[in-house]
Amino acid sequence: MGRLMALWDWFDARMPSVAEEFRKHAAEYYAPKNFNFWYFFGALSGIVLVIQIVSGIFLTMNYKPDAALAFGSVEYIMRDVPGGWIIRYIHSTGASAFFIVVYLHMFRGLLYGSYKQPRELVWIFGVLIYLTLMGEAFFGYLLPWGQMSFWGAQVIVNLFGTIPFIGPDLAVWIRGDYVVGDATLNRFFALHVIAIPLVLLGLVAAHILALHDVGSNNPDGIDIKKLKGADGHPLDGVPFHPYYTVKDFAGAVVFLAVFCFVLFFVPEMGGYFLEDNNFIPADPLKTPSHIAPVWYFTPYYSILRAVPPLFNSQFPGVLAMGVATLILFFLPWLDRAPVRSIRYRGPIYKTALAVFVVAFLLLGYLGTEPVTVWGQAGAWLGHADRATVAARVFSLIYFAFFFLMPWYTAIDKVKPVPERVTM
Amino acid sequence: MDSTRRNLLVATGALSAVAGAAVAVPFAWSWWPSERAKAAGAPVEADISKLSPGEMQIVEWRGKPVWIMRRTKEMLEAVKAADDKVSDPKSEVDRQPDYAKNEYRSIKPEYLVLVGICTHLGCSPQLKGADAKGEMGADWSGGFLCPCHGSKFDLAGRVYKGVPAPVNLDVPPYMYLSDGTILIGEDKKGA
Repeated sequence: MGRLMALWDWFDARMPSVAEEFRKHAAEYYAPKNFNFWYFFGALSGIVLVIQIVSGIFLTMNYKPDAALAFGSVEYIMRDVPGGWIIRYIHSTGASAFFIVVYLHMFRGLLYGSYKQPRELVWIFGVLIYLTLMGEAFFGYLLPWGQMSFWGAQVIVNLFGTIPFIGPDLAVWIRGDYVVGDATLNRFFALHVIAIPLVLLGLVAAHILALHDVGSNNPDGIDIKKLKGADGHPLDGVPFHPYYTVKDFAGAVVFLAVFCFVLFFVPEMGGYFLEDNNFIPADPLKTPSHIAPVWYFTPYYSILRAVPPLFNSQFPGVLAMGVATLILFFLPWLDRAPVRSIRYRGPIYKTALAVFVVAFLLLGYLGTEPVTVWGQAGAWLGHADRATVAARVFSLIYFAFFFLMPWYTAIDKVKPVPERVTM
Repeated sequence: MDSTRRNLLVATGALSAVAGAAVAVPFAWSWWPSERAKAAGAPVEADISKLSPGEMQIVEWRGKPVWIMRRTKEMLEAVKAADDKVSDPKSEVDRQPDYAKNEYRSIKPEYLVLVGICTHLGCSPQLKGADAKGEMGADWSGGFLCPCHGSKFDLAGRVYKGVPAPVNLDVPPYMYLSDGTILIGEDKKGA
């Protein structure tokens, strides 16, 4: 032990910044003491990021980014590479797990107003991470070169093709060919394994640094830095390490147990994590009879599908989908409520958030199904597909939640916020 | 700081930024289709002599599916009957060569040649014959349904009103080499 300490002292004398950073971001980073269940998902996102990077590195050792070989190389990983199936299922389960924890993490932000002043930058970096993650997932989904990979990429790249004037050229430029082909697969591989992950890591660092500069929010939405003890530390704060490292460790154990259950027993999750059609090699001449993106994209896909074309162009739908994601950036300024947490907000915001969550989930569900899933409506709706009508209503609710927020949060009756956190 | 030195620093910084932006050019340039990809777009020949009435065959041209369908009399009548249900019955939006800008959108009414890629977001629609009334509704008289977003087209590739696809399916340039063979990707004008 003495020798080990001596070794550490030798290291610390030469590079004191390691211990300094550890103190700054863990041992002496004071976080509110009333964190609850919802505060697991930030740390869990970090864990999934590591899982994805490690499993991804090992997948590249056997995967071939070539339109003629890609599908076969994935089958080779699944059947012939020792342990290959575990590594691939870790990666595919990790992709869905990533979005589950990120969506819950974002919902936490909505519950407790974590995006509000002074945490606007934390939120903006978070939204950037979310959008980058969508890109990462999209590029990765092409790589197995199955039917769903191919046609999914075809649809998404054509979204850019609808942009007025530059669209068609832009789509060719993104594909590197006139159709999704070998050039597309090769560049998506490069983006998926190196370019986007680097951006993602940078954004995660910025997200955490911005958070640690202003301090964490809490379920009461109270500024704990206002009330400090004699030692200069917030009265309602506890050091992140060991208090929250231990708490997050417990969360990680539960999470990994669920993760392993999915990994070993239901890795395809009934076609939601790995879609059935992706077990068929890409065929540029035949679209599968039902195509849908993976579940984490379906709310936005529903919005895209719900918007009818205008002026001989499908661009309005693409625009609506773009606005639906980009509107998140403006959330800190759309919300005019004087309190942060849902606990002290009035009935209007509580109702609005509940309705929004239901609409978002239903949009997600409809996006996984064909538009004919609920049959056709009667003559009073012109025999339109019921699911399309419903998707239009839910899309309007989605946008109303954000666009009407400056008004309904301003008139909402809020409750007084206590001085100290409640447990 | 001395203002001359500051100006020099600013000028150096500005020029470096321009140089840095210029470095992006070769990288962005490399994303355009390669010479090999451009050369792969040659015309293809299709033998249509063995097509029986009502049958459809698919050939690949520039990586896209091209449908060749031999339409029956009933099918051609169904096209005529669909005039008021489609959004561009006279093919006024330029999605076909001039020689296919007619009622049946083809050189010979019997043979329909179409690029089988939906004008919405690029999926390949599926043939739904007149017998698919159960799925497509009682007034369906045959056509194509895009599985991705539900766009519907008639048996001349004309888009129905009220669906996501904005315009008719593309008719590629093509020509008859003989009664039983067509060349897709090239027409008399180009030859």
